[in-house]
Amino acid sequence: MFKKVLIANRGEIARRIIRTCKRLDIETVAIYSEADANSLHVKEATESFCIGKPPVAQSYLNVEAILDVAKQTGADAVHPGYGLLSENTAFAKRVEEAGLTFIGPNSDVIQAMGSKLEARKTMQQAGVPIVQGVNEPIADTDEAAKIAEEIGYPVMLKASAGGGGIGMQLVNNEEELRKAFEGNQKRAQSFFGDGTMFIEKFIAEPHHVEVQVLADIHGNVVPVFERECSIQRRNQKVVEEAPSPFISEETRNKMLDAAVEAAKHIGYTNAGTIEFLVDRDQNFYFLEMNTRLQVEHPVTEEITGLDLVEQQLKVANGEKLAFSREDIQKKGHAIEVRIYAEHPVTFFPSPGKITKLVLPEGEGIRHEVAVETGSDVTPFYDPMIGKLVVFGATREEACARLANALQNYIVEGIQTNIPMLLDTVTHEQFLSGITTTKFVEEYYLPKATVIGK
Amino acid sequence: MTIVKASMAGTVWKILVAEGEQVSAGQDVVILESMKMEIPIAAEEAGTVKRIIAAEGDFINVDDDLVEIE
Repeated sequence: MFKKVLIANRGEIARRIIRTCKRLDIETVAIYSEADANSLHVKEATESFCIGKPPVAQSYLNVEAILDVAKQTGADAVHPGYGLLSENTAFAKRVEEAGLTFIGPNSDVIQAMGSKLEARKTMQQAGVPIVQGVNEPIADTDEAAKIAEEIGYPVMLKASAGGGGIGMQLVNNEEELRKAFEGNQKRAQSFFGDGTMFIEKFIAEPHHVEVQVLADIHGNVVPVFERECSIQRRNQKVVEEAPSPFISEETRNKMLDAAVEAAKHIGYTNAGTIEFLVDRDQNFYFLEMNTRLQVEHPVTEEITGLDLVEQQLKVANGEKLAFSREDIQKKGHAIEVRIYAEHPVTFFPSPGKITKLVLPEGEGIRHEVAVETGSDVTPFYDPMIGKLVVFGATREEACARLANALQNYIVEGIQTNIPMLLDTVTHEQFLSGITTTKFVEEYYLPKATVIGK
Repeated sequence: MTIVKASMAGTVWKILVAEGEQVSAGQDVVILESMKMEIPIAAEEAGTVKRIIAAEGDFINVDDDLVEIE
């Protein structure tokens, strides 16, 4: 096994990786920016190095500085976490070239899945269903209008290099499309350095369901069930659960089969997630593949008993998966909510100092948090300050525990989305288990304006 | 004369107006980026842009001056 792992990330995920490394007697190297000098991951790692100024371009995305620290400390592997450099082909390649192990798939696989447009084509070849749409980049607004007319409105406008909902927009007619095309193209160009756009048909009442896979370098691919992540705001996930309360056992098996086919087709290794949209009739379509550990991985861990970070380390170390698909059983129900530093209705960020933090305790409650009382939540990074994960023998028990825990989750000094989460997880539509990606607009916001400050 | 101020800490992502330009009340004049989100900042009153105080790429704190409108 590795002796020392450098973690090229920050916040709760850096702490999560350190925790598993400690259990496996692996030393850890943390990197941090000047804004994160007092962060928990910096204190908890075996060694910690400041690599630059607060903006990510000058610290967490500074490949040279990160590789220098890896060299200097004698780390033998790099764990990229999620976000930041985790799906950056050039970074993975540089890590490989430096003679270190990148804890994730090969750089060429990251590249193949990094373009949503290329991934569409590849998955079609693998026999995985894709949403009706175009497989070629769209040059300009006129061409977009022509294609959208052929597909039929409403359509989803998407940036090929997009992520986190940036460059993506639902358009209902030509007028909306003409308004939206250039803006999204520019935004994608500015955020990702790639303004390639494409169009897919809009799936009505879509459910976002994703399949977790683990793949070793010996050709074994094991699906580790699915996660339902339909509750989203600004196209970003807020509530995630496993298993999905919506899909049937038959659909589940078909989706797991498709995920295995997809992973095998591209020679995938390590932990990865294949995201699907599922329509009301339980037809499913490939959306994208995330070639890294997901934010919401804990719900899979809770229902399977696996430690996904441990599996990542073992697979990266060349070990065979110690189990087959039949060996992995799911038990109970797990739900995760993301705690964001933001206004609960407008979703505008709310940086500041956390003057008080009290985490609820109790049976089935798990915390993954990046902050403590006195922490500064700075404007430089993602607003997620923590995740609350609950487990129950049934979905009903998990929902009850979650509502109770949220009522006792205290964050003072900044605004958080906790009121929104509480409204959501106690809503009858959520309790019914039929959640679509339109939940926030259709069920939460119309009522929530009453409590808006 | 009014000063358009930052509603929250962040980085100046885009300045949407030029000095001498006429703006209307409620028109976005600056876009900040904070916590990976674009935050549009609007002029509260109509007028002429007298001075652009912040520059694209600047880090600014809450209530820092961005644009002066006359």
